[in-house]
Amino acid sequence: MASEKIEGALKPVANGHGGVHVSHHKNTSALEIVRMPIPDRVILPMQQHIGAPCEPTVKVGDEVKVGQVIGDTDKFVSAPIHATVSGKVTAVGPVKLANGNMVPAVTIESDGLMTLDENIKAPEINSREDFLKAVRASGLVGLGGAGFPTHVKLAFKEDSGVDTLIINAAECEPFITVDHRECVDNSWDVLSGVYTIKEILGFKHVYIAIEDNKSDAFKVLQKVASDNADWDDSVKLVVLKSQYPQGAEKVLIQSVTGRCVPPGKLPSDVGCVVMNVASVAFLGRYLKTGKPLVSRSLTVDGSAIAEPKNIRVPIGTEISKIVEFCGGFKTEPYKVISGGPMMGMAIADINVPLLKNNNAVLAFAKDTVKVKTERACIRCGRCVEACPMCLVPTKIETRAHLKDAEALQKANAMTCMECGSCAFACPSGRPLVQYMRLAKTIIREAGAK
Amino acid sequence: MSEMTKYTVSASPHVRSAETTTGIMLDVIIALIPAGIASIFVFGPRALAVIAVSVIVAVLAEFLSRKVMKRDQTIGDLSAVVTGLLLAYNLPSNIPLWMAGLGSIIAIVVVKQMFGGIGQNFVNPALAGRIILMSSFPGKMSAASFSGANVMGWDVQGATGATPMGLISLSDGVADTAPSLMEMFLGTTSGCLGEVSALALILGGLYLIIRKVISPIIPVVYIGVVAIFMAIAFKFDMYAVAYEILGGGLMIGAIFMATDYTTSPITKNGKIIYAVGCALITCLIRLFGSLPEGVSFSIIIMNILVPHIENLTFPKPFGYVKEKKEKEEAKS
Repeated sequence: MASEKIEGALKPVANGHGGVHVSHHKNTSALEIVRMPIPDRVILPMQQHIGAPCEPTVKVGDEVKVGQVIGDTDKFVSAPIHATVSGKVTAVGPVKLANGNMVPAVTIESDGLMTLDENIKAPEINSREDFLKAVRASGLVGLGGAGFPTHVKLAFKEDSGVDTLIINAAECEPFITVDHRECVDNSWDVLSGVYTIKEILGFKHVYIAIEDNKSDAFKVLQKVASDNADWDDSVKLVVLKSQYPQGAEKVLIQSVTGRCVPPGKLPSDVGCVVMNVASVAFLGRYLKTGKPLVSRSLTVDGSAIAEPKNIRVPIGTEISKIVEFCGGFKTEPYKVISGGPMMGMAIADINVPLLKNNNAVLAFAKDTVKVKTERACIRCGRCVEACPMCLVPTKIETRAHLKDAEALQKANAMTCMECGSCAFACPSGRPLVQYMRLAKTIIREAGAK
Repeated sequence: MSEMTKYTVSASPHVRSAETTTGIMLDVIIALIPAGIASIFVFGPRALAVIAVSVIVAVLAEFLSRKVMKRDQTIGDLSAVVTGLLLAYNLPSNIPLWMAGLGSIIAIVVVKQMFGGIGQNFVNPALAGRIILMSSFPGKMSAASFSGANVMGWDVQGATGATPMGLISLSDGVADTAPSLMEMFLGTTSGCLGEVSALALILGGLYLIIRKVISPIIPVVYIGVVAIFMAIAFKFDMYAVAYEILGGGLMIGAIFMATDYTTSPITKNGKIIYAVGCALITCLIRLFGSLPEGVSFSIIIMNILVPHIENLTFPKPFGYVKEKKEKEEAKS
């Protein structure tokens, strides 16, 4: 496998927009992923992805096995939900998610046996259609955080000019190390997934993009690739400068290929598909075994966690149980975050299930959470410098206060991807991301009228 | 569900950089210290008195006006200290102390707080204070009030009388009585407190650039364009050009006044346009105006134009250029 080191789009010479330097805190990067013991029960919400929610296909009292479909829909933009433990369905009804939404869910009481559904077998793939059908059946959604159904992402037409596949292993969020561990621990799965997807979908260029603070990950990948004769030089390993938000889709595409995704357009419009490395590794395994998406890896870390770990757990495990497995809280946490500290969501209650797209649970003690006094904007321009999308966050904030949808649209508020660089950099501690979300809501509501 | 535990919920990001407004202002104060020391060397303890009065009155004015307006107290951000310092640096050492205090009150109360406090003033408060003092008390603010001191055995050339900027003209070039370039660089000449020592100001400016408090764009473009313009005007008499750059308020203006966050554009291209504008107006006033010095007026005029400059230079979002190219390709 060939490799190349590039500075990437966040290098100031590219366009003067440098992102921000966030301390890495990759404390768990040396910790191998360990399996958590089977939880007593799992709660499986019918919406764990972007798109249409699923309908439960089981009822209370049903016996289910691991990998059995328990929720599905005939809508295209969706992904089926599978039982992640074997046992008995004890409840079907609305539950609260980490974000506060109430969503219908299936609760399964585990019998502790993890009996695999006997219908599971490796999918037979003879064509693109077979492959996409198999990907949908696997229930795979983007494991990096967005949760977009993978089969929809891959369902581009053969002649649409999509020629580049980028595997996102940048992992620019602080603290999170699961993608890093995926590359090191499951490098074979990653590479077999990459080469299979490349072959079936006919990508001309394939890149695996890793930030330069994960040197062991690219060494391992390179070694595994060179040891296997089937894997040629057609996949390129790209080493990127570590800077937040290097792993953001649009930034990554520009860093790796030099192509810019215009505002409001998708990566496929510039011929690119970006997939998270954990999703690819899952596909690598799935195509061999046929076992659908029933578990995932995540990082549990932060100053309030007694034993930080990288763990693999059945999807639907309650976050409180995950924390318990990691030694519980050593001090009373002030903030618990689902996801990374830059883009993750602070959650009020940890008795909520882990979803397919949760890649981290972080808990911080009060004295380790930096709270900046919120002061007036001094127009220092740090947010403008930090914004990778070349926006002027402070102007969007003032226009959001005025609720001026037209002016907000002119300021390209919709282009914001909420990476948090502006709010991170702000010396006045302004919650700029919140204003960005408000701005988008104002634009959407004005458009709806 | 079992018992509920509630944690703090807030919008992402959950980590913040170490920079704070107070820290930035502290950096500016540190950067202004060399010029302050230079002014005390050149003008004696009187300079220290002017600085002390300006700063103390500025902070008091900020404290009281916030109190009267029933707003959160903001003296902790140290911006009033910066305003007081900058105002003092723009005053002659012989100015009556009450006048320095009055300047601070005008700067803080009228220009800053009445428009909403930090980040809201439409012109640089210290410069506005200086200009109001200049037009109200021309006698005390003009040449007659400038004095040098004979500190540490330096013989100060422009001890009384004209500032260096009064000793240069397009027709006659630099007068023979003018201080030497070395004196201008070190600051052992006459003028306002903080403007005399180019060396001290450049040191402060370098500190700000290294600490990334200011971008070098405004000072470099401002001073660069003045140099080019003056070179052409003086038919490449480099002595006169150096004299123009080191003399008067150009250094303090370009490094500390024009780079004020609130009253300069936040966009990169805007900064360039703004600095060029400041430079051109400075040159025009110096060469053709009736005043010997034009830095304060040029910066104030450009301050007022900042919102328009920003609108003109609003950055295109990521990927925009590409879209335009595609259209061109489609046409051809």
